[in-house]
Amino acid sequence: MKDLIADIERWQAAGQRVALARVVAVVGAGPRDPGAAMAINEASEVVGSVSGGCVEGAVVAEALGVIESGEPRLCTFGYSDDEVFAVGLTCGGTIRIFIEPVD
Amino acid sequence: MDEIFTTLAQCIRDEDPVALATVIERTDVVRGRNTLLPQLGATLLVSQAVGVRGSLGHDKLDAVVAGDATGALSSGQSVARHYGSAGESRLNDVTVFIDVFAPPPRMIIFGAVDFTAALVKVAKVLGYHVTVCDAREIFATKKRFPEADEVIVGWPDAYLMTVAGRLSARDAVCVLTHDHKFDIPAIVAALSTKVGYLGAMGSRTTHLERVKRLTEAGVAPARLNEIMAPIGLAIGARTPEETAVAICAEIIARRANAEVRSLRDDTGPIHRVAS
Repeated sequence: MKDLIADIERWQAAGQRVALARVVAVVGAGPRDPGAAMAINEASEVVGSVSGGCVEGAVVAEALGVIESGEPRLCTFGYSDDEVFAVGLTCGGTIRIFIEPVD
Repeated sequence: MDEIFTTLAQCIRDEDPVALATVIERTDVVRGRNTLLPQLGATLLVSQAVGVRGSLGHDKLDAVVAGDATGALSSGQSVARHYGSAGESRLNDVTVFIDVFAPPPRMIIFGAVDFTAALVKVAKVLGYHVTVCDAREIFATKKRFPEADEVIVGWPDAYLMTVAGRLSARDAVCVLTHDHKFDIPAIVAALSTKVGYLGAMGSRTTHLERVKRLTEAGVAPARLNEIMAPIGLAIGARTPEETAVAICAEIIARRANAEVRSLRDDTGPIHRVAS
């Protein structure tokens, strides 16, 4: 999060709308601890990360939705094996990510 | 979140420990109770310097969450907790994520040598606030250690006295001087602080002599075991950069209680001949 602040402020100063995504819970094996954070602007620029690269793509899509609606949301990502095309973690854990607008 | 985010950014920049509590989930129905639930995304900020800012929408909930945030600040762990709408601990109307932003851990390196320059770089990658301290002013210069947050010309024990109160189990002291004149006061002073890691560079022979001198200086045998010397994991490190990785890996392993082989617990030469 510390590393994201300068980018978030720079985007805001340039008039970009921004969303912040944070890991708020990890069940089982998870790549990052609660507090891991990623910021996304409306041009789909990204800083930080919330997993080992497994769910970042899906988080960007959700974050753009949050920027558009202005409504925060809580997303859950789990093990991906049972649904071949679903986004998930290969490590077998479940992570919950809270995404909110920063405005 | 705007005003709270600005305050949060300021606290983080000032290295003031701060916790941000955010409502991340709420039930749709409150079973027969006439209460208002806080809004999703409502925030409450708690810091030592600025106190409590913002609100989750209910005085009692704010008070309970502010208390839990203070607890999270001392544990250093970000955590999600469930509460009733008025802060009741056994209910689950709302989930609040308490995100803790602790200032960076500190690494204090005694001895301004080549190994120090490499260790400063690796420690910075890991997010440490790094101080280099050496009594010899021609070596302890900002120019030689541009990545260090502080370069102090002074005696190790005198410097440690000025920061001892701020040191905790997250912090590390690395003694790289391998000169007993500086090593002994540095180690004796470091043992009186709460640092979680204390390592000292030098060969096994150097350390035997060091142990003798530390004992003469009044250090109890049990305390000698707290010193990681020779410093670093037994990964066959050779160059200053590899040695820096071995030292930082040892710090991580000790913090995590991981069972890996330290040079201290090994025997034989530190520098192995490649076959």
